[in-house]
Amino acid sequence: MAMNYPVRQRSFKPPKDLAEYPVGIAFPAGHLVETNASWRSHRPVLDAGKCTNCRICWLLCPDGVIHTSKPGGLEIDYDYCKGCGICAKECRQKAIRMENEAL
Amino acid sequence: MMPAQKVFLSGNEAVAAGVRLARPHVIAAYPITPQTTVIERLAEMVEDESLKAEYLHVESEHSALSACIGASAVGARTFTATSSQGLLYMAECLHYASGGRFPVVMMNANRSLALPWNIYGDQRDSLSLLDCGWIQVYAEDAQESLDLIIQAYAIAEHPDVLTPMMINLDGFVITHTYELVSLPSQEDVDAFLPPFLTTNKMDLDHPMSLAFTAGPAYNQAFKQLQHQAVVSASKIICEVEERFGQRFGRNYPGLLETLYCEDAEFILVTLGSVAGTVRPVVEKLRSLGERVGLVRIRYMRPFPDTEIRNALAGAKAVGVLEKDISFGYEGTVFTNVNSALMRAKVQPPRLLNFVGGLGGKDISAEDIEQLFLRLKRPDDGETVVFI
Repeated sequence: MAMNYPVRQRSFKPPKDLAEYPVGIAFPAGHLVETNASWRSHRPVLDAGKCTNCRICWLLCPDGVIHTSKPGGLEIDYDYCKGCGICAKECRQKAIRMENEAL
Repeated sequence: MMPAQKVFLSGNEAVAAGVRLARPHVIAAYPITPQTTVIERLAEMVEDESLKAEYLHVESEHSALSACIGASAVGARTFTATSSQGLLYMAECLHYASGGRFPVVMMNANRSLALPWNIYGDQRDSLSLLDCGWIQVYAEDAQESLDLIIQAYAIAEHPDVLTPMMINLDGFVITHTYELVSLPSQEDVDAFLPPFLTTNKMDLDHPMSLAFTAGPAYNQAFKQLQHQAVVSASKIICEVEERFGQRFGRNYPGLLETLYCEDAEFILVTLGSVAGTVRPVVEKLRSLGERVGLVRIRYMRPFPDTEIRNALAGAKAVGVLEKDISFGYEGTVFTNVNSALMRAKVQPPRLLNFVGGLGGKDISAEDIEQLFLRLKRPDDGETVVFI
């Protein structure tokens, strides 16, 4: 499973008027309502054939976006991956390549 | 009502006595003249266990208010006190407290700002922070200071308000002057001021994300709500004062106090301790048949704009006497009074801005008489007059 990410609440409805805003800058915890990856220029792409499921990428990903819950392999959460490339650099099998997304 | 005790206290000691009666959970403060004796008394009360509170010795005013904000965010009742440079050092935290809707109560000893360095009273410290979202009230004496502390928690913590509150005492003139003060019983204060309950707090049973970012799409709405809360505090202040009067027998006049304004031709508007100097001068001139009056502004935020219009619209000339100057224009109190009068349906009176008392410069009864004489003189085109 993802490291610390709460489940995204797609049910979140933005407040329509002032009466729907909370008093105080407060909101029930555990809501992630927006994706956060817009500054990524290169995306890591995993070659499942080369991956040995050693999970060094999962361990070192600073944003905890390598999911391990999928049966049969790892999955990268592109909604939150910032494209830092650490996973690709650290992968001993060279199973992750960085693909330019800015083109 | 339990019998109140008559005690001889300075303004600062009256504040400390009021704070003890209000039972705060957390006090965080850093000493600065002329506030120091408030927090010395409070430290003694915590030491001798007559006040059960966490007393935090912080390293700065910035930390003092930050600690109060943190404590308020777990639902604690908090108190801090500062003055002058200390208040300005807290400046960014003032906005954090008001924006986060944490009803911290703070005493500020009004004192001048450097340079030139000076420890004496004027109101440039708090008035330069009028826009920080706090309720601002100015006391005239020690009794009012004590009563305001007790009222402040009832006002600031009201669910419609949830806004921090700054109680201003003129440095030395109020903070260090001893007066006979009526000290209410703990039983009566407990009945008047129930414990602080809020949903705007960290709570293990209801986990919340607090004090977060709000981008352009949402930010303004929070500011609009904050404005509404301070505006609605006007009503709550009057309700709290009425309840206070019923229980303690001391009645307060709301956002401002008027003296002989019904038929006055010449009125001085002022705030803080100098009103105590104006009052006997007004009485003396009245006894000589002069139609003079006094408006003492108590609350600068929320600002009593309707009350100002009602009190001043019929006058021939009005002088705003304040210990403040916004360099390059005029005094901030004057700007606010002027703005309120511009919304009057009638031709507003002639307005003069008397700036005095900066850095503790004395304002005597003779000076006040001269101000009334000046108001009677024909307009010479001058607006800002240093006295």
